[in-house]
Amino acid sequence: MRNLLKYFRKDKNPSAALAKERLQIIISHERIHSSNRANLLTSMQKELVEVIARHLNIDTHKVREQVKFDFAQNDGHSVLELNITLPDEDIVAAR
Amino acid sequence: MNGKHVVAEIIVVTSGKGGVGKTTTSAAFATGLAQRGNRTVVIDFDVGLRNLDLIMGCERRVVYDFVNVINGDATLRQALIKDKRYDNLFILPASQTRDKDSLDKEAVGRILNELKQEFDYIVCDSPAGIERGAFLAMYYADSAIVVTNPEVSSVRDSDRILGILSSKSKRAEEGSEHIKEHLLLTRYSPTRVERGEMLSVNDVLDILSVPLLGVIPESQAVLRASNSGTPVIVDSESDAGQAYTDAVARFLGEDRPHRFIENTKPSLLKRLFTKKREGVSA
Ligand SMILES: Nc1ncnc2c1ncn2[C@@H]1O[C@H](COP(=O)(O)OP(=O)(O)O)[C@@H](O)[C@H]1O
Ligand SMILES: [Mg+2]
Repeated sequence: MRNLLKYFRKDKNPSAALAKERLQIIISHERIHSSNRANLLTSMQKELVEVIARHLNIDTHKVREQVKFDFAQNDGHSVLELNITLPDEDIVAAR
Repeated sequence: MNGKHVVAEIIVVTSGKGGVGKTTTSAAFATGLAQRGNRTVVIDFDVGLRNLDLIMGCERRVVYDFVNVINGDATLRQALIKDKRYDNLFILPASQTRDKDSLDKEAVGRILNELKQEFDYIVCDSPAGIERGAFLAMYYADSAIVVTNPEVSSVRDSDRILGILSSKSKRAEEGSEHIKEHLLLTRYSPTRVERGEMLSVNDVLDILSVPLLGVIPESQAVLRASNSGTPVIVDSESDAGQAYTDAVARFLGEDRPHRFIENTKPSLLKRLFTKKREGVSA
């Protein structure tokens, strides 16, 4: 009886949960791509490049070409991907 | 000048999406602020689709409008319509012109400045969309009431509007203190939320993360009020009217518990035995 009631009342149309999930995904996506967030990513990238160049003792210009900055969106979470390709000699020099 | 406010406050009622309750809210809010003794003016920014006058019940007294004032065809004093219920409340109607570019940014700023000398609160009823009228309604704002329905497209549009408020407004451009944002969730149906058919208050707050000013229930009192040209807040017996009164009090800094969020509808059996006017809170 209780289950029957539950069937009729709550589980009949749980579409609100789906609505929330879809909204969370699309809105976080749109926020990232809005101009504000784009600026945030650009300035973050610039600063990271500066830090890398400082610590690895190579010029900023060279590092910038070798840093790949990517923002990816998966189910339920976002990934900020930072790919740095360094020539062997630079790593050796830094050590 | 008036004693209440040293500096008048400009409030924009906005949403992105149309038909969510901006005009209903602007009328209720302006009236509520006036009821509490504030000199208040409410401006219709919906050029070409004037409606606030109907909701306020002053449509037959419109002579001049916002665009007439901007063009210098009429003075503010001539265009402002005094409310028939509260003598500290005024309405500035929108123009019915089809020319959407008739609002000029500098001119709007000049008129708002002039109104600031006379009023405590200036409520701007924004049109839908993110075009010129909506932009100008929010550009000079000090605070924003973001009207949202518990429904996917409305929530998404509200998020867009929040982004625009924090990047394109005068305050954002000047780098001064942010526009104060308030979320007003309207057309809320606790019964449907309980059934899992409608986003709940908490769902919407999770997504938008803006302080909650109030929840206005879906109510037959709203249609009744618009039929008679009376802002719903005047109907102090109604659930929606009371919810708006609470929201105004919170806006003015009062701490009030949220009502009309839980389902309090009596069971079918109870309803069969008690006759009750629809849209009236328990
Ligand atoms: N709380 C509510 N309950 C029921 N109907 C409402 C409520 N709020 C607004 N409405 C109705 O929704 C419609 C749109 O409202 P309106 O205030 O004109 O929206 P907007 O200005 O955002 O386009 C109107 O028919 C109005 O009566
Ligand atoms: Mg409207």
